[in-house]
Amino acid sequence: MLGLGADRLRADMNRLLALLFHQGVLDEQFLQLQQLQDESSPNFVSEVVNIYFHESEKLLRNLRGLLMEKEFADYKKMGIHLNQFMGSSSSIGAKRVRNVCVAFRAASEQTNRAGCLRALELLEHEYCYLKNKLHELFQIEQQRALAAGVRYPMQN
Amino acid sequence: MEDIGARILAGDHQVQYGQNQRTKIKALVVDDNMINQALHRTLLRNLGIENHVVGNGREAVDVHCSGRRFDLILMDLDMPVMNGIEATKKLRAMGIQSTIAGVSSRSVDENIQEFWEAGLDDYQQKPLNFPKLVSILQKVNHSV
Repeated sequence: MLGLGADRLRADMNRLLALLFHQGVLDEQFLQLQQLQDESSPNFVSEVVNIYFHESEKLLRNLRGLLMEKEFADYKKMGIHLNQFMGSSSSIGAKRVRNVCVAFRAASEQTNRAGCLRALELLEHEYCYLKNKLHELFQIEQQRALAAGVRYPMQN
Repeated sequence: MEDIGARILAGDHQVQYGQNQRTKIKALVVDDNMINQALHRTLLRNLGIENHVVGNGREAVDVHCSGRRFDLILMDLDMPVMNGIEATKKLRAMGIQSTIAGVSSRSVDENIQEFWEAGLDDYQQKPLNFPKLVSILQKVNHSV
């Protein structure tokens, strides 16, 4: 029964991953991260993704802070934050977030404040969706590991 | 001689790149982004390559001034304090002959000519993965 639980949870994980790939939320770089996870670094993916969450939220706060300034004109600083966000998103395979950053950067290069504000709203939305889905994925993974771990000692 | 590159490209990520050499290859990761630092460090470690990480070009120059040497330097372009172009120029001016691979989010179509001219041996667009790293490693002259 416990074995079936682990298998079912693995199927749930694969279904969620397939959905995220199909929606374009993730790309093959996420699979590269998974391939780097092994016995010596069993939590590599969640550790890297948690760093990404921490860094992204800081960047989003900075971007919102800049755009809310009354006399905002520092598009160069905005570009630096966006390059960071784009780089990090590419590195974990967060394709849709990265694509919104590209559009945001284009608006920034045109010093289009209204366009930047719209892009920021979209970026916050996409990031929120990504974060929720990755949390869901890691929760299923934890439950699967627990279910599999409870099973294995009984087989000895 | 074993084709390590072919094994990695075929999906064998347990190959230890350093084991067939008399001494292990040493690499320096120069990147201000924590995620890329973690990614590059793990890619290198999984290939058995000893590695050190610094956060900008100035730190890369300083680590060489302290006497350390590396076979391979993975150099990001856009970094605070000192960027990849300046750091590469400084290292070459110091006589550093390590293989320096530029690793940046800019595509090869964008203007990276200045980066090449600073003294790169190779360039790969981020994100880095095993096939790209193997391609870089094939240029490493393990003589440090």
